[in-house]
Amino acid sequence: MSPEVSILLVGSFVGASCALIGCFLVLRKMALLGDAISHAVLPGIAIAFLLTGRRAPLPMVIGAGALGVLTVLLVELFQRSRRMTEDASIGVVFPALFSFGVILISRYAAQVDLDLDCVLYGEIAYVPWDLLLVGGRSLGPKALWVTGGVLVANLALVIFLFKELKLSTFDSGLAATLGFAPVFLHYLLMSAVSVTVVGSFESVGAILVVAMLVVPPATAYLLTERLGTMLALAAALGVASAVGGYGLARALDASIAGAMAVVAGGFFLLALLFSPRHGVLARLFHHRRLGARLSDQLMLLHLDGGGATANTLGERLAWRPRRLDAALARLRECGWVEDRNEGLGLTEAGRRRLETETERFASD
Amino acid sequence: MELSFTAKNVLIGSTLLGALGGALGSFALLRRQSLLGDALAHAALPGVCLAYLITGTKAPLALLLGALATGLLGSLAILGIVRWSRIKEDSAMGIVLSVFFGLGIVLLTVIQKLPTGNQSGLDKFLFGQAATLVREDLLTMAVLATGASLAIVLLFKELKLLCFDPGFAASLGLPVRRLEILLTLLLVVVVVVGLQTVGVVLIVATLITPAAAARQWTDRLSSMVWLAAAIGALSGAFGSLASASIDRLPTGPVIVLASSLALLLSLVAAPGRGLIWQLLRERRAAARIRRENLLKDLYRLGEEGERWDEFLPRPLLMGIRGQSASQLARSARPLARSGWVESAGDALRLTDDGRREASQVVRNHRLWELYLRHRLELAADHVHRDAEAMEHVLSPDLTDEIERLLGFPRIDPHGRQIPARSGVAV
Amino acid sequence: MIARDRERPAAPLPAGDSSGVPAVEVHDLTVAYRTQPVLWDVDLDLPVGRLIAIVGPNGAGKSTLLKAILGLVRPLTGHVRIFGEPYEKRRSWVGYVPQRESVDWDFPTSALDVVTMGLYGQIGWLRRPSRHHREAALACLDKVGLADLAKRQISQLSGGQQQRVFLARALAQDARLYLMDEPFAGVDATTERAILGLLQELRSTGRTVVAVHHDLQTVADYFDHVALLNLRLVAAGPVGSTLSAENVQRAYGGRSTVLTHAAEALLGQAGGATEAARRLGGNGG
Repeated sequence: MSPEVSILLVGSFVGASCALIGCFLVLRKMALLGDAISHAVLPGIAIAFLLTGRRAPLPMVIGAGALGVLTVLLVELFQRSRRMTEDASIGVVFPALFSFGVILISRYAAQVDLDLDCVLYGEIAYVPWDLLLVGGRSLGPKALWVTGGVLVANLALVIFLFKELKLSTFDSGLAATLGFAPVFLHYLLMSAVSVTVVGSFESVGAILVVAMLVVPPATAYLLTERLGTMLALAAALGVASAVGGYGLARALDASIAGAMAVVAGGFFLLALLFSPRHGVLARLFHHRRLGARLSDQLMLLHLDGGGATANTLGERLAWRPRRLDAALARLRECGWVEDRNEGLGLTEAGRRRLETETERFASD
Repeated sequence: MELSFTAKNVLIGSTLLGALGGALGSFALLRRQSLLGDALAHAALPGVCLAYLITGTKAPLALLLGALATGLLGSLAILGIVRWSRIKEDSAMGIVLSVFFGLGIVLLTVIQKLPTGNQSGLDKFLFGQAATLVREDLLTMAVLATGASLAIVLLFKELKLLCFDPGFAASLGLPVRRLEILLTLLLVVVVVVGLQTVGVVLIVATLITPAAAARQWTDRLSSMVWLAAAIGALSGAFGSLASASIDRLPTGPVIVLASSLALLLSLVAAPGRGLIWQLLRERRAAARIRRENLLKDLYRLGEEGERWDEFLPRPLLMGIRGQSASQLARSARPLARSGWVESAGDALRLTDDGRREASQVVRNHRLWELYLRHRLELAADHVHRDAEAMEHVLSPDLTDEIERLLGFPRIDPHGRQIPARSGVAV
Repeated sequence: MIARDRERPAAPLPAGDSSGVPAVEVHDLTVAYRTQPVLWDVDLDLPVGRLIAIVGPNGAGKSTLLKAILGLVRPLTGHVRIFGEPYEKRRSWVGYVPQRESVDWDFPTSALDVVTMGLYGQIGWLRRPSRHHREAALACLDKVGLADLAKRQISQLSGGQQQRVFLARALAQDARLYLMDEPFAGVDATTERAILGLLQELRSTGRTVVAVHHDLQTVADYFDHVALLNLRLVAAGPVGSTLSAENVQRAYGGRSTVLTHAAEALLGQAGGATEAARRLGGNGG
């Protein structure tokens, strides 16, 4: 396998597995808890290193998983004691744990070659050369196996527990009354986040994990109305960000992990602006149309009694002349208003329009 | 210990940063913007890199302006995303934080590949490296810190109102928008000051942790700001000294751990709010309830048949509430010390003082029972249990109020006399 | 749209279940959120096969009572029985309609999907909803007049339509006891009529409905029984005899301040005294 292919594969695996689990973080409004977990797993990894003396995947996953759950527990404990708000709890817990991890690594981990910078932005470029050796035979890059395993686990989670996760995310009250143990699912999800983070950590680092956890799901959230589609789309965007990021990094000769985050951000910006239903442009357009509908309605209402002229109408509505003229022109064009001797009046079509619109506004 | 020149610089810088971060963090904490500082710090990274790329120097002022630019851009982006889409605030912060940081990392790696890049030392901004602080940095920090402190002092009243009730502040005609921008600006200043010392990732802790610790000790904003500044400064000083004297101990993380420890202590031990005090209060309350119950039992037994002078055997008293001998002894001992109970052999009775004291407890109990019975029409068997829990916490005022409401009754629901206030039963 | 005649009415419940056991028994229930008492020593039996309103001023503990019945909040004292058994044993007999604001309507899902969630209890862990389940859900959606909007994203429904989606979801649960939190709050006239028709249909098939209701004007028209609540139970019984001016005055005429203060004092003290009192037990005296 060429180095390029294995980097792309690892990046894609990370992108897809983070995106799958991240969808639920975004929908549960826990994106920042994901951020906190991604930092707080560091001491877990460091301790696993120190205890085993090497980069063994299983102890790392266990150590990181434990720290991830500890983070969630601590944040909830502080919050529930009502001595701190949720955001403050997050803001004090993860720096403390992260600092502890950094100190452990600076003090003791020189011998297991764990580099601090790669904690933040990974070393995906070295992935192809860190091989998994079993009985002296190489089975390909180790990271490929780790991230692939995490992806399979996450896929299994969202496929088998799709219904349960959907229900407890949408309405945890109903989930509880139906016996779907939302608290258990919450911790299961948080454990999955921890495992995903640690699986991706070595390759892409703490911050990029956050980018992959949050950005593709948020992008997908702007583009679809179905949870299943959102999951698939987010995973696809994660893969696309990984591939695009690799290309960008090659072009600039820059950090691959950082470039992946930037590309993911680029996709998000596009969706934010141009999403057909939730994009900024669509919203602006919608607001304008709604505004026009409302002002048409107001004019029709005021003209309904008859006897009004453009002047009296302008006084009553206190609109600027330009706005009034534009609105009047629109109404004439639609054939709802006609000029009569005594002033402006509604046509038959105008009166019908007034009725149907009044009903529609009332039922909204 | 003789400090080297560098170590002195680090000490001054860390202390300054701690004080400033604590003071400003108090406002961020109260405005529930704890994590905005985190997002700002991450968003500042690309600005620092861009400033270096454009000016080619590491001059503090240039880096500051760069950080300011992208930091503000980041905070505006968060606001914009929330305002203009269905994305919620937490995701918006996560997006801005990670994408800006990713951009920063890209720029950083680009810089490092430049011929001059290796000496830039910008990568130290990730975790901070206080040892690289030089006089010029300190001077910039001092100027910024003075400016920020001045702003806090001069606008204290306005900022306080902003934290407490922005809607009300706006109705008073305060320029809320501009004050918010000012606070964000000040946060960016802290971020920039802290970049070199604690680094992008941990700056949030210099803002939030001392403030959260200070919050446990006081309910007043002004004392909270001072206290947070003090905790921050002490943590900073401790961190710099520890890392100067111990090999391979990075300054930033030690500062964060020191303030986290202060927070932990505050959570546990702060007077009034701390967990220890809560536990103590619970135990004291339980002990008092036990003592009062014993007084009440003695009073009731004495009242039956007017046998006030009779010594009552302990087993009898133990039987009433199913207590063990040692439990009874634990309640009886302090009562004896107060001179309310005297014992003879294995039996107890009330002294005259004790009888007066017990009458007040009984009064509370019976009035409360009567109140529950009459006002709330609770079934008689419910009354007793509720009264039992409540009577121990009724203040004298509340008892008087109940007595007044009930028209100064003499007899309780079970037909027994209600003792008068602070006197012997009539 | 009122329940349509062409719809198959829900199957009547087998006889014998309502043999004297109340649908809901609430015994000695006290609930507090921290130092704030929200329900104080409530005793209440709710009869089977009736429409029952829980009425009271804001903060009277109405929603909390529902949540306590559902086991969503843990009481300080007391217990709840549903058809004579604890909630855990009767889970499948109970349908719940929460307040509309309790969920995020931006959630990416369709109206039909939300209704299908009502069937998750019967489907159980790990198994997926089948076509048969989706058809059942569609039938429920049709009952509330929203079959045409089955595929629509839930944020694009009006408030009244969202409320009807929640009702359809409860119908899908096919429960014997329905607990509804303010089903009539902020809905349009069409929805109000639709809900009312549904409630009556549920009653005609022997179901029990307990609804938190905020509008005193309509209680007598919509419901058979009423429970007036204000921290404690003021009165409960058939609407005609219970909804007297005196009872309403007692429920709404301000809470007795002494009780509130005292209850707060008890639960206050940073929980110390309560905890202590509970640990010591309150027998004898």
